[in-house]
Amino acid sequence: MKDTIAAISTSLGVGAISIVRVSGEEAISIVNNVFTGKDLTKVESHTIHYGFIKDNEELIDEVLVTVMKSPKTFTTEDIVEINCHGGIISTNRILETLLTHGARLAEAGEFTKRAFLNGRIDLTQAEAVMDLIESKSDKARRQALGQLNGRVSNYIENLREKIKDLLASIEVNIDYPEYYDIEVVTIDKIKKVSQELIKELEQLEKEAKNGRIIKEGIKTVIIGRPNVGKSSLLNSLLEQEKAIVTDIEGTTRDIVEGSISIEGVHLNMIDTAGIRKTDDKIEKIGVEKSISLMDDANLILLVLNSGEELTIQDKELLEKVDKNKTIVVLNKNDLDTSLKIEDFKDYYVVSTNTKEKEGISSLKQKIKELFNLEKLEEKDATYLSSARQIALVKETKKAVEDALTGINNDLPVDMITIDLKHAFDLLGEIIGQEYSEEIMDHLFANFCVGK
Amino acid sequence: MKYEVIVVGGGHAGCEASLAAARKKHKTLLVTGNIKNIADMPCNPSIGGPAKGVVVREIDALGGEMGRNADKGALQMKMLNTKKGPAVQALRAQEDKIIYPKEMLKTLKGQKNLDIKESLVEDLIVENNKIVGVVLEDGTKIFCDAVILTTGTYLKSSILRGDTKVSEGPHGERPSKFLSDTLRNLGFTILRLKTGTPPRIEKSSIDFSKTSKEEGDEIPHTFSYENKVYYDVDVQEPCHLIYTKEETHKIINENLEKSSMYGGYVEGVGPRYCPSIEDKVVRFKDKERHQLFLEPESKYYNDIYIQGFSTSMPIDVQEKMVHSLPGLENAKILKYAYAIEYDAIDARQLKQSLETKLIENLFTAGQINGTSGYEEAAGQGLIAGINASLKLEEKEPLILKRNESYIGVLIDDLVTKGVKDPYRLLTSRAEYRLLLRHDNADLRLREYGYQVGLISEETYQDFLKKKENIKTLKEILQTEKITPKKEVNEYLKKIPTAELKDGMTLYSLLKRPEIKIEHIKHFIEIPYDEDVCYQIEIACRYEGYIEKAEKEAEKMNSLENKKLADNLDYEKIPNLASEAKEKLMKIRPTSLGQASRISGVNPADISILMVYLRKRETNE
Repeated sequence: MKDTIAAISTSLGVGAISIVRVSGEEAISIVNNVFTGKDLTKVESHTIHYGFIKDNEELIDEVLVTVMKSPKTFTTEDIVEINCHGGIISTNRILETLLTHGARLAEAGEFTKRAFLNGRIDLTQAEAVMDLIESKSDKARRQALGQLNGRVSNYIENLREKIKDLLASIEVNIDYPEYYDIEVVTIDKIKKVSQELIKELEQLEKEAKNGRIIKEGIKTVIIGRPNVGKSSLLNSLLEQEKAIVTDIEGTTRDIVEGSISIEGVHLNMIDTAGIRKTDDKIEKIGVEKSISLMDDANLILLVLNSGEELTIQDKELLEKVDKNKTIVVLNKNDLDTSLKIEDFKDYYVVSTNTKEKEGISSLKQKIKELFNLEKLEEKDATYLSSARQIALVKETKKAVEDALTGINNDLPVDMITIDLKHAFDLLGEIIGQEYSEEIMDHLFANFCVGK
Repeated sequence: MKYEVIVVGGGHAGCEASLAAARKKHKTLLVTGNIKNIADMPCNPSIGGPAKGVVVREIDALGGEMGRNADKGALQMKMLNTKKGPAVQALRAQEDKIIYPKEMLKTLKGQKNLDIKESLVEDLIVENNKIVGVVLEDGTKIFCDAVILTTGTYLKSSILRGDTKVSEGPHGERPSKFLSDTLRNLGFTILRLKTGTPPRIEKSSIDFSKTSKEEGDEIPHTFSYENKVYYDVDVQEPCHLIYTKEETHKIINENLEKSSMYGGYVEGVGPRYCPSIEDKVVRFKDKERHQLFLEPESKYYNDIYIQGFSTSMPIDVQEKMVHSLPGLENAKILKYAYAIEYDAIDARQLKQSLETKLIENLFTAGQINGTSGYEEAAGQGLIAGINASLKLEEKEPLILKRNESYIGVLIDDLVTKGVKDPYRLLTSRAEYRLLLRHDNADLRLREYGYQVGLISEETYQDFLKKKENIKTLKEILQTEKITPKKEVNEYLKKIPTAELKDGMTLYSLLKRPEIKIEHIKHFIEIPYDEDVCYQIEIACRYEGYIEKAEKEAEKMNSLENKKLADNLDYEKIPNLASEAKEKLMKIRPTSLGQASRISGVNPADISILMVYLRKRETNE
């Protein structure tokens, strides 16, 4: 049985359409599992279908999916191509989702290799295929190494050490069963270490998200009651007139995007319709969208009019937002001030005057603090960035979870080690480590056994 | 006088090799330095243990002798790792060092087509890179079609104690002085390896009251599938446990420079996993004590082996060290410990069949290939004997896969990676140890044993019957259902296990950890023996894990089945990384699978090889 492979087959760039290609026996069923739309296992060959790619219940992107069945395809295997919107984030996430649903990331040149091995490509092209594998894998290797910085690989190396320690201790119990001075690794100990590992892997996943933020920008929404100065705040930040600023409530209906750079990190600004109870149909759509955007956003700028007492709507918003990613902006401080910074102790808060362009730099400073941007730069932050790495971390977590399930089902230690060894190998894959006798070396270095 | 197969050396590898060749009806000669030392156990008085015990079962399944012979000489038997799961359980026997060799010699002598000659082989006769005979120490030439070298530690061996170094093998036997030069001249890379053995103590001089007793299991075990129990379960010889004392460590530290190892007299590389006691004391300074087992060597004499106390100290220091041990204050040392150095070849110069790549029809097995251990030697000896015979019969060699047997793991590791220090099998060397269990060695290998002609028709029919029974029982359990009737639930409650809400097959019920086949017998009659039931229990309980392992193994084997020709010129394959080219030229793997396990050959190189092979195929 051959693996089903997946890869992004267009170069990544904002704006263009990206294609994620999947090839192999399970290509159609794997894509179908993450696709909302028609049942792809029942469609005709060489047809295109509209729908969404989802990760669990979360929609990732609106896509067109091309289903091509064996043998009339490039590789002669079943192929599915997912045409998506081209952003790095969504394309990577689609790939990631496929990798966690049973596809394997294609090696360099692997689609072409399969095409050749399956007799699809002319023999005279064999050399070209070999050239391709060589040059691409070389590039891939360099890229993979370049993508991982010291901090992340140290982190992974530490996790591996932990598993290595645990495995070597279990293995020594197994291969040298009658060494009474050597501590017998109890199930409780394995459980404890596994639980720690899961926590740390979760942390790593979170870091991966931060990594995405840095690479792909901080998704920022500006919210607030109508006419508190959201658009002017946006404009002050953008320093250009992209949104229409008026004194009439409800003039901003469309979501306006723009981008500014703080410490080299992009802040992707999304202006929203003012949130208020409205019967205006067009505006209602805008309001609903704003609320859903709040959940999605990495940063919320909640704008309040510092000249007015808090309204019920303001209070609702203050309750609704996630404090960890919200900055309260007290705007229009040229008028009498009713709201003071001291009143918002629980929140990150700044005061601005957007008309006079005051307070903008302290807002930027606040954002820097919130995202630790200065620190990130100091650390020359790189992160788990590729879909492959993220998928491997997820798989590792799954393997450790399997080990825990085994423990909870009272399985003997030899079964538990299968999952732990798998986790160890997966982490090795992330950092390009594949030395197979490591655990044994560790065992002999740390335990005194012998005749 | 001409033979078809000559086996050089009568240790555990040599015995299996010569028996296999003779049983396959090839006229065979076993040449050994001393007939009395055939199948000798110069070191520990035990056979089996984790991984090694499974090897003994595999040898038995294939039609080899070690398992049957070990059953005859058992002083004590114990199943190890019983609480750690089915994958790692293994049998270990304390063996009688008189009975084991005696019984083996009896078998050899009674074997048709097998002659035994007492002499040393000092040269090989090679024509056109093909072996045609051997030269004995007295100059006699004996011609043959194939030679299997199983020389153990006897190639240029030296025994070391302190600063004394004597050119001899174990028990003061004569070493082979020139054979390794012959091998070097033929182009083999010669390694110098080292191992060692602890002192032997007179039993009556030990005060056992200061030790704690270690008994065998209360139920009888056998290595062989013949299941013939030779020992009395109620009268097993115990082992005794003691620990080193501070005084012992002090003596060692004070005399460290006097040991051969630390005095700089040893050239050979010793095994990591078998450090001498001085190594342990130096490397693990923080450890206050090291455990030692006092193991009986035989019912017929009084020697006690101190497991864990191997040393290369001079004898006066050994006296002090031994007397510092609890219960051994007045101990009489019968044989002093020693380190031994010997020549071995680089196993990467072997094919997977254990035939050398340089000289056709020359095979090697055992310690000459860089391994350590009786079981590792015997496993290789059996495979070399089978493959030398198959070669003469112009048949394909028997190459066991990594997911089929520990013997396969062992040989593949040797010929693919080579060794730096003596190689010992460990369960962790196998990727799929869940598949390589003690209990299923026959299911894995008996078919091969039958195909190569080492398993009798009768034994084979019994085996087929067992396989059939396993299949039938599984089908029955998968179809028979129980329903949540009152009496059913009452019984389940008693076990105790969750009561039923819906109907359930017995197979699903058996999946519950607390359910044993005994409980199933409450519902239906199971007219099969324990062994069959055990197979079902394991298959059922660990189904998910087994399926996963099998799937992974299948993936590995898809590369294993892509053969690489012997004469492939890797230099001429464009795009291969230069490190890969060099390694591939040197090791000449037989399959893409083996190639992928060579360090320095990366996945891109394997991809390129695949494309290249396909291109060649199509051109031809």
